[in-house]
Amino acid sequence: MNTHSGTSAPALLSVKNLRVEIKTRDGVVPVIDDLSFDLPEGGNISFVGESGCGKSMTALALMGLLPQPAGRIAAGNILFDGEDLARATDARLREIRGNDISMIFQEPMTSLNPVYTIGEQIAEVLRRHQGKSRKEAHARAIELLDSVHIPSPQLRVDDYPHQLSGGQRQRVMIAIALACKPRILIADEPTTALDVTVQAQIFDLLTELREVTGTAIILITHDMGAVAQMSERMVVMYAGRKAEEGRVRDVIQQPRHPYTKGLISAVPHLLDTITDDRPELLEIPGIVPPLTEFGRPNCLFASRCDSATEKCQAARPGEIAFDNGHSSACFYADEMQP
Amino acid sequence: MNESVPVNTSDNIRARHPMAEAFEMFMGNYAAVAALIVLILIILAAIFGPMLYPTDPFEMVWAPFSPPGAEGFLLGTDYLGRDMLAGLLTGARVSLAIGLAAAFMSVFIGITIGALAGFYRGWIEEILMRITEFFQVLPTLLFSMVIVALFGASLPIITFAIGIVSWTAVARITRSEFMRIRELEYVTASRSTGASNAKLIFSVILPNALPPIIVQAALMVGSAILFEAGLSFLGLSDPNVVSWGQIIGSNRQYILDASFTVTIPGVAIFVTVLAISLVGDGLNDALNPRLRRR
Repeated sequence: MNTHSGTSAPALLSVKNLRVEIKTRDGVVPVIDDLSFDLPEGGNISFVGESGCGKSMTALALMGLLPQPAGRIAAGNILFDGEDLARATDARLREIRGNDISMIFQEPMTSLNPVYTIGEQIAEVLRRHQGKSRKEAHARAIELLDSVHIPSPQLRVDDYPHQLSGGQRQRVMIAIALACKPRILIADEPTTALDVTVQAQIFDLLTELREVTGTAIILITHDMGAVAQMSERMVVMYAGRKAEEGRVRDVIQQPRHPYTKGLISAVPHLLDTITDDRPELLEIPGIVPPLTEFGRPNCLFASRCDSATEKCQAARPGEIAFDNGHSSACFYADEMQP
Repeated sequence: MNESVPVNTSDNIRARHPMAEAFEMFMGNYAAVAALIVLILIILAAIFGPMLYPTDPFEMVWAPFSPPGAEGFLLGTDYLGRDMLAGLLTGARVSLAIGLAAAFMSVFIGITIGALAGFYRGWIEEILMRITEFFQVLPTLLFSMVIVALFGASLPIITFAIGIVSWTAVARITRSEFMRIRELEYVTASRSTGASNAKLIFSVILPNALPPIIVQAALMVGSAILFEAGLSFLGLSDPNVVSWGQIIGSNRQYILDASFTVTIPGVAIFVTVLAISLVGDGLNDALNPRLRRR
């Protein structure tokens, strides 16, 4: 679990100094800059941050699905079970995708192919990776629909995506993702497009399936509540860089980066009591810097930070380590008040 | 709440397959339905006509220029005394066959080039689209005349000559549909389950890109028939087979003396192409969601 010592059991997924570059009109931009984290077998980790912080890019990079031809992994390793996915061939990545590592997406309304029934779409993955016959795959598709709690799965299996509600479609996406019992499931904002009540159901489903299948989950979200509910560890991303990492409990109780602190203050229900010190919700002033400013050799959060000093404008902070693998990329992490 | 409801809610009954909706939309377009009926009659006449009316269209059966109805020849005879009705029925086969084959060929070339360009982008797209533009700016009639003149006026060559100049529209439509659809989430989702590029092109993107291509293909059958008529009119037709354009072409000197020899096959072409266009328009209205919502 500890990112900083090599003594613990080898991680299932170990990302080391990952740098992802995107070619834009204004030049090459590092949308992920020196990102490292470990995910143990059956573990779960959340990536948090505002839009445009590189969370989804992280997910796409892990899957080898960076936008082509603009994006590429410029440096670093993605070690999955000891194999470096950053250097794997396309054919090898296709074997892994959907089989060892799966992904579910933000927009269930558009992530199913409208011209095939949901049964065909689940069966497709089973036939591709497990060589099942049409008939076996169809039968298994019904079981999978049942396992994600779609009512009357033997009838629903022949439905087209447009016949399902958003929540049901996301369940189908989860069924497709888990069809081959992957070792890692990447959930990229899986509930953003859904009603609040349905969100809770999807999170319950993911938690339940994780317990049953032992699949490790990488949750990408901007919902701190979801993080608290779903994950043991979290990584806070800002402008393509890791701002803070640690156990969810530690990070929420004692954020070591002003950005994390800002995110937490912007959420109503995370702190047990609203005290006189914190009478109302706070927002973080400003916005994420434009892509062109990514990669500058200073603290990219400095322009929005209350406690920024000249040092923050002049140099890029390194990682400061705390207990339990808690780390923060802020010069003043030690001095942060809880 | 939607999540736990049983299967048959009114919501589920109302959410119908998009193709069922398109079919209903088409059936509500009376012009298109009428055109479709006419088209089916023409196709039936082309298939069964020559069997039911087995006169040889090349045989001189009567005096030249017998007007329609005279001497038992329903549509009269042409400048060599050949039966016009027999020519029209046999010619229907050739005209429709060339129209279909040429449209099929241009759809095949167009989809291949458009799909590769729209899917892979980058230098592949650059090369393929420059080739497409090259074919687009060629004067089409002249180019196909050159091909027919060089390689001989046989049916396969004529079909090829028509197909090779008319695929560019399909290629451009296919490319733009691929460029749009490849960015959609379900394509990324398919990729994330390990689908290969071939799989993505043919079974994920292509089925979703088909509606506008189908419309274009339907219209292309009509324009291929016209094209063939044009070539035949200019004398570039296979002398061993009868087609509508060829009947017009061979009788064109007598247009003032016996106008029916030119008018009758002309009307046949007109009605057929009009019917195909109306069906194509009907398909377009039915398959294009933007028009459907009006």
